[in-house]
Amino acid sequence: MKTFARPAGVALVAALAAVGIAACSPPAKSSSSSASGDKAASATSAQALGGMDALVAAAKKEGTLNVIALPPDWANYGEIIKAFTAKYGIKVDSAQPDASSADEITAAKNLSGQSKAPDVFDLSAAVASANTAMFAPYKVTTFGQVPDKLKDANGTWVNDYGGYMSIGYDAGKVPAPASVTDLLKPAYKGKVALNGDPTKAGAAFSGVVMAALGNGGSADDISKGVDFFKQLKNAGNFLPVDPTPATIESGQTPVVIDWDYLNVAQGAKLKGKLDWKTVVPANAVVGGYYVQAINKDAPHPAAARLWQEFLYSDQGQNLWLKGGARPVREDAMTKAGTIDAAAHSALPPTQGTPVFLTPEQETKAKNYLAANWANAVG
Amino acid sequence: MGVLPFFAYTTIFLLIPTLVVAIGAFLGADNTFTTSNVRALSQPAIVSSLEHSVILSAVTSVVGAVVGGLLAYAVTTAREGGTLRRLVTSLCGVLAQFGGVTLAFAFIATVGLQGFLTLRLQSIGIDLGNSTWLFEWNKGLMLVYTYFQIPLMLIVFLPAVEGLRPQWREAAETLGGSAWDYWRRVGGPILAPSFIGATLLLFTNAFSAYATAAALVSQGSPILPLNIAGTFSSEVILGQENIGKAMALAMVAVVAVVMTLYALLERRTSKWLGR
Repeated sequence: MKTFARPAGVALVAALAAVGIAACSPPAKSSSSSASGDKAASATSAQALGGMDALVAAAKKEGTLNVIALPPDWANYGEIIKAFTAKYGIKVDSAQPDASSADEITAAKNLSGQSKAPDVFDLSAAVASANTAMFAPYKVTTFGQVPDKLKDANGTWVNDYGGYMSIGYDAGKVPAPASVTDLLKPAYKGKVALNGDPTKAGAAFSGVVMAALGNGGSADDISKGVDFFKQLKNAGNFLPVDPTPATIESGQTPVVIDWDYLNVAQGAKLKGKLDWKTVVPANAVVGGYYVQAINKDAPHPAAARLWQEFLYSDQGQNLWLKGGARPVREDAMTKAGTIDAAAHSALPPTQGTPVFLTPEQETKAKNYLAANWANAVG
Repeated sequence: MGVLPFFAYTTIFLLIPTLVVAIGAFLGADNTFTTSNVRALSQPAIVSSLEHSVILSAVTSVVGAVVGGLLAYAVTTAREGGTLRRLVTSLCGVLAQFGGVTLAFAFIATVGLQGFLTLRLQSIGIDLGNSTWLFEWNKGLMLVYTYFQIPLMLIVFLPAVEGLRPQWREAAETLGGSAWDYWRRVGGPILAPSFIGATLLLFTNAFSAYATAAALVSQGSPILPLNIAGTFSSEVILGQENIGKAMALAMVAVVAVVMTLYALLERRTSKWLGR
């Protein structure tokens, strides 16, 4: 899974390898040397290139798009890539599907100037905000329909799809939890797992924020969330196991706090084997979005821009929705009636206003976690 | 010339990584000198993970040394070249190397929440099922570490026990000494240096173990190697790689202390043997 932490050894080897690769990279070979490529590389909208038709023509001329870290079963990327190729005849070269967000940035730095460098990024918010200098600003045709909070005003980065923190549970084994505090009940003894360590994995981090909201805390003060997990541990309910599809299927992790699109996808996969249900706890709705951006040094600048246009079109947004993820234009498309109603109704219902952390709240929460998480669950 | 490959090896796999760690520990985000990473080591989470690492290594090395040492002695009393002895030593050879993710998985599959033994016991009315002890550093991790420490002790300590000649014991008995006298004045002093040396080896073995712990414990990074891994792979708290290097430097310091003790011990032993 994309957000999973990796062993330090890998990181160290990667770091050493990076030094080696950077030192002896082959001479730059880039298709952006042509005049039209240069024009595409600096284009901040389709109009700047003379409209969509010109963009499509330029992208077709490049013929290839390099993507990285897009697992086929993550937010329906497998089908999205197929649909893109079918529509424009552009080959999609998908590298390291299981890489993490941090790996994407490392790869772009190491392969800079080469034809294999990633054209586009799909990043977690934290990694994206630390690397905005590597992105090329671009506004897709539907840019105006993306809520202001979920994009950079210049289009340097735009949120693409997201979801809400949810509780997935095996309905055959445990009663349905209605709220976060329900998980403290004896019925959940030794059964509640969190997807990762919140000081390392983004999903787990949002899980703590959800617990804070569900216990009377706020985005400004997540201490109640950490206290909740401490209580959960003291009650013997907290399971310090990293949940995976395998642990869920084998029954080791009957309750999993994770993004709703991952829990929903899990339920679809396990249909017939066990009854995996997903609930977004009322009044503790925490949202999180992934970030889409174009590599400033993209070897296929036109194809990269066309890919963005495709992702933010009704078709692209509905494909994400089909994978259980909430596309960023959800509201606008619901109003316009262009949303895939069947896929939309399959998402778990929510009650209350979704909370998105501001960068300041996030920093504050991280510092609190770094200082207190280990003591709470250790 | 002949030692060139060895030097190349130590340079690449020992010297350079140590330098990377030692230099990185004193670099800030902007690559200038700073002591903030080293000062960050006083954070309560890091201090407690260091404490846990030391306690875990000390407890499992002492338990492993005592149990493994007794086993080694028991094995030497069996007939030399006999089936039992061959079986136990080769079994320990395998088990001492049976670590990492495989071992963790073996424990999860046996006494984990859906483990074979857990379910069997449940079916006869004994409930281990809802306890999460296997995933805690001071229970499960300690048990699993001890599991590979005991056979390792047997392997490294066996040659020393085998070195005890039966004639010494006979001599002690002839002179009217009891079994206690023999162990206190002959066997014990002869075995002590290698026993302590082997214990120190077990300590560093546990102190640096990573994969087993990573596979079992996924919350809170209770021990130092897990904490270091977190600084490199975290998607939440970014830019703390150099604090990780400072933690690694702290580990190097602990191992240096152990190695110094070992060297002192060695010097004492060789003086004693030389007499």
